[in-house]
Amino acid sequence: MAAPLTLLLIVAVTIRAVLFRSSWAELISERVEVVSPLNAWKRVVEGLALLDLGVSPYSGDVFHETPFMIYLFHFVVDYAEIVFMVTDGITAVALYLSIQTYNKNVFRKQKYALESDRYPADCLELLRSPKEMFYIPLKVAMFYLLNPFTILSCVAKSTCGLNNAIIALFILCTLKGSALLSGILLALATYQSIYPLTLFAPALLFFLQRLYIPVNLRRSSFWFFTLQYAFIYVGSLVVITGLSFFLLGSWDFIPSVYGFIFSVPDLTPNIGLFWYFFAEMFEHFRLFFICVFQINVFFYTIPLSIKLKEHPVFLIFMQIAIISIFKSYPTVGDVALYMAFLPAWSHLYRFLRNIFLVSCVLLACSALFPVLWHLWIYAGSANSNFYYAITLLFNFGQVKSLNLISHFT
Amino acid sequence: MGLLSDPNRRKALTGLLTRLNTPICIVCYLAGIVWFMGLAFEPFTLRTYMSENAMGSTMVEERFSSGERALSLAKEFDPPSACCGLNGMPVEWLVKAMQSRGLEVFTQSFSRKLPFPDENKERYMVRGTNVYGILRAPRAPRTEALVITAPCSPGNTNNQAVALLLALAQYFRNQIYWAKDIIFLVNEHDLIGTQAWLEGYHHTNITGMEYSPLQGRAGSIQAALSLELSSDVITSLDLVLEGLNGQLPNLDLANLFYAFCQKLGVLCTIQGKLQRNDWDTAEGYTHAAQTMMLMVLKQACGRSWGDHGLFLRYHIEAASVRGINSFRHYKTDATTIGRLLEGMVRKLNNLLERLHQSYFFYLLPSLSRFVSIGYYMPAFGLLAVILLLRALDLWVHLGAPALAAVDGVTEPSSPGVLTVLTPVVISHLTGVALYLLPVHLQEMAVEHFPVSETEAVVLTAIAIYTAGLALPHNTQRLLSGEGTEQGWKVLKLTALLYLAVLLGCTALINFSLGFILAVTLVPITASITPHMPKALYAVVMVLLSPAFTILYCVFIYQELIEAPVSVSEGWMLFLSVISQGILDHALYGSLVYPLLALFIYPCWLMFWNILFWN
Repeated sequence: MAAPLTLLLIVAVTIRAVLFRSSWAELISERVEVVSPLNAWKRVVEGLALLDLGVSPYSGDVFHETPFMIYLFHFVVDYAEIVFMVTDGITAVALYLSIQTYNKNVFRKQKYALESDRYPADCLELLRSPKEMFYIPLKVAMFYLLNPFTILSCVAKSTCGLNNAIIALFILCTLKGSALLSGILLALATYQSIYPLTLFAPALLFFLQRLYIPVNLRRSSFWFFTLQYAFIYVGSLVVITGLSFFLLGSWDFIPSVYGFIFSVPDLTPNIGLFWYFFAEMFEHFRLFFICVFQINVFFYTIPLSIKLKEHPVFLIFMQIAIISIFKSYPTVGDVALYMAFLPAWSHLYRFLRNIFLVSCVLLACSALFPVLWHLWIYAGSANSNFYYAITLLFNFGQVKSLNLISHFT
Repeated sequence: MGLLSDPNRRKALTGLLTRLNTPICIVCYLAGIVWFMGLAFEPFTLRTYMSENAMGSTMVEERFSSGERALSLAKEFDPPSACCGLNGMPVEWLVKAMQSRGLEVFTQSFSRKLPFPDENKERYMVRGTNVYGILRAPRAPRTEALVITAPCSPGNTNNQAVALLLALAQYFRNQIYWAKDIIFLVNEHDLIGTQAWLEGYHHTNITGMEYSPLQGRAGSIQAALSLELSSDVITSLDLVLEGLNGQLPNLDLANLFYAFCQKLGVLCTIQGKLQRNDWDTAEGYTHAAQTMMLMVLKQACGRSWGDHGLFLRYHIEAASVRGINSFRHYKTDATTIGRLLEGMVRKLNNLLERLHQSYFFYLLPSLSRFVSIGYYMPAFGLLAVILLLRALDLWVHLGAPALAAVDGVTEPSSPGVLTVLTPVVISHLTGVALYLLPVHLQEMAVEHFPVSETEAVVLTAIAIYTAGLALPHNTQRLLSGEGTEQGWKVLKLTALLYLAVLLGCTALINFSLGFILAVTLVPITASITPHMPKALYAVVMVLLSPAFTILYCVFIYQELIEAPVSVSEGWMLFLSVISQGILDHALYGSLVYPLLALFIYPCWLMFWNILFWN
């Protein structure tokens, strides 16, 4: 499968290169649906300029990237376009390899279950053949690389692409069974934006399943492994945070990055749910609603982990989707990451009721975002309510599609 | 969503929709058309009213009296050959006149090379000067401004308006109640000059115009009025609202104009038609419907029908007032027009914030009655729902055999992606060719054929459009034609959803364009299948294609303005409409031509492909 994957990578790189050189690159990097205050390229350049002047990049409340990001771009800022294209390639290859591993595991389990006659007769049509499963990793890579959302995100040089790459590598290491690398990459992903913290639970469940440790709170083996994994994770996080302190010599980055993500001070419109709500809010209630909205992101981990403990990879997918819907500054790059996983469960599509309605809603909303932005900001005939209505509808469509997909289990 | 998640009720609902699909679609289409035509019926419209408090309750007593002096000044500005013809605008005369009236005068020179010669206005390399004078508000901070403009261009003798502007400037200079700066702008080469001035004022450069930077500015512009008078006495004043891309100013501006016309006893018209009182007769209804249809046609073509149209893009509410001299015995003199303008500008002076209280989206069957977006959008919605119902029907049919199939059958999209993707890509490439090639290939066409550049551009566009009709026969040879029955259904599903989203987005920005395209495109696209009699349906599809829609609109427009044309004249008008559309896009950024070439035409080509799917 190397040849089709290489061809796909070449096509994807060509599309991105063509768009980088056209006049649309500037237009796309200004779109609020594609960049947010957390990952806009303009702000990275601003932070680098401040760093060159010897001032802390976090002064002035413009720059909200982590110190690792500044130092990475300090060295490669001249090749930024190539970096982002390579990042997309890495994400696609990581997803390809991880879905390949996942399919192998699933097929092996299916074979054992078939041999021990554990499938009732009417389930036989759901069984997957190797021929079907052969093309799924390529489809996943294609869904990620050729998704218009990913292409827009790459052309805008939004650092969301880098975050996606780290999460994809984390998924690859988890599926390959390397707890150490998985812990380190998860710590890196959490360090970038806090929300991947919720992926700790599905990764843990996957390792427990893989090592045949039963998930029983009374067993010592369970606690032993959990503590090991938690130690790797927390240890790496502490090390990475400490390194960041030594890189820039101050703790400025903690309020600027994590304080910014949690307290949502910047209310620029985006495709998320926070901005309009907090624009209308009285100061009095702001803390309460911040807590409510942020708990909303983390809360679904508990019931989902309990329900889906037999299907940790599906749980990873659900968690990524929930993060990208409910996080404080979502962009279309986040949406693209979880959409890439959909072909992995393509044999279950016939059970998706209402998928037509939901896909039409998502398609129409994606087309209406720029139209209503134009009517609001440029023509002045609409106002923020129109744009938020489309945001709400888009998020409703996403939640509904998650709802439908959760029927798979 | 209990109705949709309970399998039995779902099956019943989808079964109902599938069985009754065609009748529901026909009913929706007829309902949409009837709803739209019913909008002009007076009981269904609302009376206009002034929404903005700041403009409603103040008493204004107009005292402008120098109308006659303005007219004698106009004669000084005469003869036309010196004014705006061969020697261009008399810039020095204007500068001196404005300076002597106490305004701060500045000029701006601009130049623009059109992509091909404009045969209607006979220009190719345009070079001109705008002259504007700023009347500073005596005792207010200079943060806001109003603009009164009188276009001065060759072939459009607007001397009386320029002179009236100067007389008004002199009168305004002596008043103390001005809270905003007033800019008196005399622009050359009508829309091109206005575009240059606006771009200079707002420091943008969206159309590739070359202009000298403005030396004097006056704060953010709240509203603008454009005045066009063609003779010393007029019988009625016509209000022109339609701007670029079908954008309309706030309805309060039209209400303001109407209120002052009532107060001063001036006859006011819209679309050149007077209001009638007999709404319950057939003639009364037809009159209102004709006025509304004229507004719809003017809005749909996306060009700015007066100099005010370009102001709207910068969120400046603007309207054009045009004086008409026709055969009535009651004539209005220049003093009354001056008083009208004085009253309007005084009311606009009282604004605390930009006009936003009244409607931005409306249709006017007459000046005193309007139809708001909430009333006219359902007409479009009924047409769009037909596309969605058809798409749902196709989805159900596509999904049904898959459920009954034995395992091993791959889902329809897998081999079908290539069969669907090829027509889509080829159609869009043809659309890109239609957009780019006419202007870029004009030199080559002029070399090889004995036509002028404008004709070359228009005829190339028509040639590419017609060449696209031959595509299906070539595309089919490239494809294997595997899974043909499923293939065309998937293509039709994609094309229907694409058309629905496209028409929806168009209707939001420019309702008239979206509605007119929906009226002609929805019936054919909803009913097209490869199993129909090909010759008949090919003819019907071509007759309802976007190009022919433009042709019909040209003929209907000529009928409505009571200047019907013969077929050959209509054809020449059609060609000039196409060239104007391409020029508007290049000069002012009108979106109609790119929309039709890059999106609507490829969509239509996809349906054309379906018709010839073998």
